[in-house]
Amino acid sequence: MNELTQTSARGLAQMIRDGEVSCEEVTQAHLDRIAEVDGDIHAFLFVDGERALASARRVDAKRAAGEPTHELAGVPVALKDAYVYQGTPTTCGSRMLENWYSPYDAAVVERLQGADMIILGKTNLDEFALGSSTETSAFGPTHNPWDLARVPGGSGGGSAAALAGFEAALAIGSDTGGSIRQPAALTGTVGVKPTYGGVSRWGLVATASSLDQPGPCARNALDAALLHQVMGGYDRRDSTSIKAPMPDVVGAARRQDVSGMKIGIVKQFGGEGFAPGVEQRFHEAIELLAQAGAEIEEVSCPSFDLALAAYYLIMPAEVSSNLARFDGMRYGLQAGDDGTRSADQVMRASRRAGFGDEAKRRIILGTYALSAGYYDAYYGSAQKVRTLIIEDFTKAFASVDVLLSPSTPTTAFKIGERVEDPMAMYKADLCTIPVNLAGNAAASFPAGLSPEDGLPVGVQVMAPALADDRLYQVGAVLEAVLEQRWGGPIWAPLTKEDQR
Amino acid sequence: MALAFEEVVKLADLARIDMTDEELTSLASQLDVILDAVAVVSQVAGDDVVPTSHALDITNVFRADEVAASLSVEQVLAMAPDAEDGRIRVPRILGEAS
Repeated sequence: MNELTQTSARGLAQMIRDGEVSCEEVTQAHLDRIAEVDGDIHAFLFVDGERALASARRVDAKRAAGEPTHELAGVPVALKDAYVYQGTPTTCGSRMLENWYSPYDAAVVERLQGADMIILGKTNLDEFALGSSTETSAFGPTHNPWDLARVPGGSGGGSAAALAGFEAALAIGSDTGGSIRQPAALTGTVGVKPTYGGVSRWGLVATASSLDQPGPCARNALDAALLHQVMGGYDRRDSTSIKAPMPDVVGAARRQDVSGMKIGIVKQFGGEGFAPGVEQRFHEAIELLAQAGAEIEEVSCPSFDLALAAYYLIMPAEVSSNLARFDGMRYGLQAGDDGTRSADQVMRASRRAGFGDEAKRRIILGTYALSAGYYDAYYGSAQKVRTLIIEDFTKAFASVDVLLSPSTPTTAFKIGERVEDPMAMYKADLCTIPVNLAGNAAASFPAGLSPEDGLPVGVQVMAPALADDRLYQVGAVLEAVLEQRWGGPIWAPLTKEDQR
Repeated sequence: MALAFEEVVKLADLARIDMTDEELTSLASQLDVILDAVAVVSQVAGDDVVPTSHALDITNVFRADEVAASLSVEQVLAMAPDAEDGRIRVPRILGEAS
């Protein structure tokens, strides 16, 4: 493996700036790596090497001409295939959009291009981001680089696996109930869900609009912060975009200081259903943060026990209305128009052919939750639980600066293991969901490898809305002390080729 | 609570998705499991709790009514399964049963 693919994003940008290596060489190294391993990993649905190299040569020319470039200029990035990017297909992992090309670019894409970053291609995801394993993609599952027989998590398993497979230095995800953080935990990478409204959703295909949030994926905390800074900020095209200054996420990641910080441990997330190896690494992380000067206390958030239930009513309800736009008439797949069928019949046939089992399941569940007679008992009650969860967060953040929990109850599970058991699959997002319902910020950072199975464990940091910087403060410290302990980054074992 | 087969038929109809009886039967049993697990929400949220539809305190934002660039008709029609005379062509909508 070319060492450039193991270098941090910040390091690559520095090397390019210093003229040690060209952006074209960096891009080529990643394209070579994709060619070498992606047949096994299947992190990407689409790679445009020619376009990436052309962009790289433009960055090299800019540098040669002495023009100013961005801090992350020349860094190769992978884009979750839920974002529109002109000239590439945007499938959302669905047959419904298999051959669809967007006529415009997502806000996030504009930001990446504005920062002179190199988009390598589009990464795999659960269909319309509906899933926790990337197995519901219509184009086949993504494999976890730590063990190809296991899932990389989901929905953003492609972006996380691209990082763990050294196919990209940075990646973009979107998080509705854990789709950035859960794959990060399962692949030993960093994934951040910013405060709702912190990053523009313009051009992100909607899953559940009140929960969806774009965010950065990386192999270390500082790289994630640098990408967060590029992506974030106000955008008038997203009606829920927050008009407030971005928290200083990069400064927080660089500061690496948690002395005097009050960290609350969520009492509800542990015990039954949590793997012993996950709990062990989680408790070690708490100890290390205490040694670094943080004050630790246990915090009770009783309504978090209801978050999964509320989420699986609110999310499908929003999904059922968002996916109503795929009607086989205006864009996307049209099936069964033989000239004799009515528009309504073609619509039904198109949605049958275009949506996979999980999408259908959630559309129908959402239709049920919103239907007359059940609305109050299900959707209405779930919205009340949402209030209770927000109140739990408010109460907790009155006494602590951040909350901590394992990111996921278990490490990566086997491909196929939970496909026939939706509730078992849904529980993978147990710890990540409360934050989406409340709209505040959270991230998953590596906490080491589970002694049980040698697979990565993630620790989740949760912060109040607009205090995204605190995530990086904690994550960067944890990363530094853990690297010291193991003598290198968590992903070091992956750099040995015989591991694969 | 168990979902009756007829209810699932009705839901698939409302959602405009053609499904076979076999698919609907398997879906009904999966929905039962999921609804069992999520029904807990109705037991805990009392009348005194105000529902939250959105995490942000949103107020409507109007933009100035100014002409700005947008997608061209050609760009939009290029995405459609079928188009004619600057419009999207769809199967017949008149004379439908429902």
